[in-house]
Amino acid sequence: MATDTLSQAASVIGAAVPRIDGPLKTTGTARYAVDHDFPGLVHAVAVQATVGKGRIRSLDASAAEKMPGVLLVLHHGNMDGVYRTFPHQDDATISEVRPPFEDDRIYYWGQFVALVVAETLEQATAGAAAVRVEYDVETPDVRTDLSTYTGPRESSWKRGDPDKALASAPVVVDESYSTPVETHNPMEMHGTVATWDGDSLTLYECSQGVVNHRVVMAEVLGIPRENVRVISRFIGSGFGGKLFPWPQSTLAAVSARKLNRPVKLSVDRRMMFSNVGHRPRTQQRIRLGATPDGKLTAIRHDFFTETSMLDDFVEHCGEQTPFLYSCPNLEVTTGMVRRNVGAPAPMRGPGAVPGLFALESAMDELAIKLKMDPLELRLKNDAERDEGTNRPFSSRHLKECYLTGAEKIGWKTRTPEPGSMRRDGKFIGIGLAGASWAAARIPCTASVELCPNGRVCVRCATQDIGTGTYTIFAQVMHAKTGVPLDRIDVFLGDTSLPDGPTSGGSMVTSAVLPAATSAVNQAITRLLNIATLTADSPFHGAKPDTLTVSEGRIHAKDKPASSGIPFENVIRMASLSGITATGRTSPSWEDPKANQYSLHSFGAHFAEVEWEPEIARLRVSRIFSIFDCGRIINKKAGANQILGAAVMGLGMALLEETVHDPRSGQPINGSFADYLVATCADLPDLDVTFLDYPDLIVNEYGARGVGEIGMAGVAAAITSAVYHATGVRVRELPVRIEDLLQSKILEA
Amino acid sequence: MQTFSYIKAASISKALAGVGSGKFIAGGTTLVDLMKLNVEQPATLVDINVLPLDKIEKLPTGGLRIGALVRNSDLAWHPDVKASYAVLSQALLSGASPQLRNMATTGGNLLQRTRCAYFREPNAGTPGGYACNKRTPGTGCAALEGFNRTHAVLGTSDHCIATHPSDMCVAMAALEAVIHVEGPKGKRTIAFADFHKVPGDTPHLENALEPGELVTYVDLPRPVEGARSVYLKLRDRASYEFALASAAVVAKVEGGHIRYARVAMGGVGTKPWRSHEAEAALAGKPANAATFRAAAEAALAGAKTRSDNAFKVELAKRCLTRTLKLATA
Ligand SMILES: Cc1cc2nc3c(=O)[nH]c(=O)nc-3n(C[C@H](O)[C@H](O)[C@H](O)COP(=O)(O)OP(=O)(O)OC[C@H]3O[C@@H](n4cnc5c(N)ncnc54)[C@H](O)[C@@H]3O)c2cc1C
Ligand code: SF4
Repeated sequence: MATDTLSQAASVIGAAVPRIDGPLKTTGTARYAVDHDFPGLVHAVAVQATVGKGRIRSLDASAAEKMPGVLLVLHHGNMDGVYRTFPHQDDATISEVRPPFEDDRIYYWGQFVALVVAETLEQATAGAAAVRVEYDVETPDVRTDLSTYTGPRESSWKRGDPDKALASAPVVVDESYSTPVETHNPMEMHGTVATWDGDSLTLYECSQGVVNHRVVMAEVLGIPRENVRVISRFIGSGFGGKLFPWPQSTLAAVSARKLNRPVKLSVDRRMMFSNVGHRPRTQQRIRLGATPDGKLTAIRHDFFTETSMLDDFVEHCGEQTPFLYSCPNLEVTTGMVRRNVGAPAPMRGPGAVPGLFALESAMDELAIKLKMDPLELRLKNDAERDEGTNRPFSSRHLKECYLTGAEKIGWKTRTPEPGSMRRDGKFIGIGLAGASWAAARIPCTASVELCPNGRVCVRCATQDIGTGTYTIFAQVMHAKTGVPLDRIDVFLGDTSLPDGPTSGGSMVTSAVLPAATSAVNQAITRLLNIATLTADSPFHGAKPDTLTVSEGRIHAKDKPASSGIPFENVIRMASLSGITATGRTSPSWEDPKANQYSLHSFGAHFAEVEWEPEIARLRVSRIFSIFDCGRIINKKAGANQILGAAVMGLGMALLEETVHDPRSGQPINGSFADYLVATCADLPDLDVTFLDYPDLIVNEYGARGVGEIGMAGVAAAITSAVYHATGVRVRELPVRIEDLLQSKILEA
Repeated sequence: MQTFSYIKAASISKALAGVGSGKFIAGGTTLVDLMKLNVEQPATLVDINVLPLDKIEKLPTGGLRIGALVRNSDLAWHPDVKASYAVLSQALLSGASPQLRNMATTGGNLLQRTRCAYFREPNAGTPGGYACNKRTPGTGCAALEGFNRTHAVLGTSDHCIATHPSDMCVAMAALEAVIHVEGPKGKRTIAFADFHKVPGDTPHLENALEPGELVTYVDLPRPVEGARSVYLKLRDRASYEFALASAAVVAKVEGGHIRYARVAMGGVGTKPWRSHEAEAALAGKPANAATFRAAAEAALAGAKTRSDNAFKVELAKRCLTRTLKLATA
């Protein structure tokens, strides 16, 4: 095809390309959801429940309604015109099934009970403080122990007879691990600006999935889909918390409809801890059976995950368990435990991140029990094929990840005894853990337009949540046309564009590549046809397949680009407004070849910690992350994803935990001063390596995804390093000073 | 936030005349925060930022006079402070963030309020809200049976266990600073140890200031000849977190024996915690690990722990032991 000769421009695929939207962000010109302002715009502030369970006995808005500038107080007494979506029986997903203000019931602390809309933000804030709500209070259930649950449990992935195998296994590990509630806390807080024009609604959102958002909002508001437009051009990250709409979208839209004025509603940092999702607490019991020489004979992974009272959210901790290791007997069971908390949401690497903390910690404990090197144990039990689905892997190089990481961190010099390694007066601990995450090719549509001004436009209703999706599109356009990046315009984050995928599951890159490529290839084919059919064109009468496009020019395949003409000249000669083509990505699950394989990415983290027992100070000093995520399309953005995920994993291991007050059910540490995330000063030396083996089953570029996998395994690598340095095994995250004070490794 | 009136005071006398039952505002890093949370509801704010209290001057006695409006960062990086009062410089730099330190003032830091999460809840001390004796005397204390991991173990009462959060104040306690104030009744000085109050049964009374009194200066006595001083702060993360335990030590060793020691602790007390017990355990003793540990044991002997903060006792002991080692090395 025409693009065969584009070797030079094509090398942009896989290069380290700075984000094309970078300057917009660093100069403050990128407009995020609540940066939008319109004439007549008014401000809404939500009132939160101050109890964790109960009923609203009375709600008195009379004082607020009389306050200066207040236009509307919305609550369960006057809310109307909203509908439910039915979970799992719908083509869209919402975060909280209960529409806001549906009734007088309170299910979790902080639940929105009223909304005050006023001319200014200050007036709305004052109005919100003046709404008097009284409650019939009940004691909320926010118990952290989930193991008292007696309800139904779902069994999955069962093979062989794990119980029998465990009973007869010569070596058994049986331990429980837990991970706390963690809060996403992206920099940009959730917010919505809603504007109506007659029957049509435009929502400025921070959505990780504008297409899904549109469908949900149409259903919730009871209006046709085509009357809703959702725009999310820039998103200050989401980490999963912005995948599906939250009540603030509904409230902004409803109040804007009632007032017939644009409404802006922001969720503040405190509300971020109660109203817009979290990673639910997990409690996981892992049982491993093994032979004395370290061959796994059984794995049982029985876990509980917390969810809200009304939403069925499961943190699928056992997703990686069936295929990470080779093992004949296995079962995973799940129990979903209800608590008076807001709806959980997927958070970076949902399931895999807590799940692999448990499984990989147990593997470390097994290695210790066997007196075996944990690296050797991993290599010995590495799975050659996916024993869960009984399919070959499309591309799995986990062993190479381990061996590369071992080399980099100097694993050979590691002595296994806790507290046996020292450097500069500190104890050193080294640990490792594996990671995995699913891959797939999800549907996507994109259009490409070759423009008469010499620019290339590409359009898709997916969105860039800060990961580099804009740049990926531009790279493909550049690779195929040679048009420089600064003459490529990428339009994303708008439902008026061709339907694109939700930015979730680390699947956007692998989804957009085929659609964008097919669109640009078709556009080039049309361009070359037109070049041969247009009377004024120098290529008039030539055979299209003797022509090509490179460096933005049409030229004969056997001649240099300089011999040809800029592509836009032909468009102008033919009096066209542009040449457009649309490309589609067909899903991997409809691809018979892809269906024969297990599609997953893999990786390993090697962590080193330093322990100063004299002051009970533990810090992570180095993390090497070696990843097998298919071909990396943008090395810079790809490495950035793994680095960020490693830092988040460090926070998970050592710092993060949302604590609910047992009496009120309130997340009591809901601020950036009290909920600890890693700061720059906490960062170790971070080193990312990509193996970069293309996975051509997933798409023609061989790209899988990198967004989530980097967080999996970090906590287990760190806690095994913590054990190695301090002799303390922490099975309940985060690792706290309280735990470390138990260490018997004292004299440095 | 409640409506308030705002005055910019051009002189100390105007500031004193204008404040009434209102509040002075310096850097605003504590006050504005607490006003947004409805914890503070002053009817009047008197902005004192233009008062001539922003200098650091040498005193004839050899000490140092610090104006109440000297910013935390300017104080921390002042050459005399770095050279002669290292403990103070280190304490300041361990606190907050560079941006906050650029705004925060000496006077404001002295008067910053606890980070107790219940105290900071907008509805604390009101019907239906958390009990908080500091907010509304007599309502109780939600922290006693609540999440109290960061709360104090020294100087507590059954009415309040809130930690005094300041780092700077811990260093000043060890340096035996003197606070100068000026009020409707004139000028007076307050010894540092007498400035902050333990909660007892009046946790809402936090310090010795009379209504309407303005902090004007903090004086540091002349540096102790031959002494070294160190501040060490322990916390979960490496930066931007209040102390779980900290220690300020000024010590002098002669012939292997401790001839002078002043010890104060942070993160564990309801006020910047001067430990006379530790000082007594150090006086005249050989400067060795056993002495340091004994002093730490003495310092924490009176500790009273709650459900989540028992670890602070051992952490504080290790913190003080290490600080003593560093200060006497
Ligand atoms: C996120 C965060 C993290 C922080 N971390 C730390 C930390 O790790 N360690 C630490 O020590 N501190 C920390 N702080 C607290 C910080 O040090 C204080 O907020 C600051 O010192 C207060 O000074 P200010 O000038 O801004 O005071 P303001 O907010 O202006 O005033 C505070 C109080 O003092 C009164 N006041 C101010 N000046 C005078 C005066 N001259 N006379 C009488 N009354 C006066 C005011 O009326 C008010 O009541 C942190 C603060 C924040 C917000
Ligand atoms: S510890 Fe003190 S400040 Fe905190 S809730 Fe109790 S009384 Fe209030």
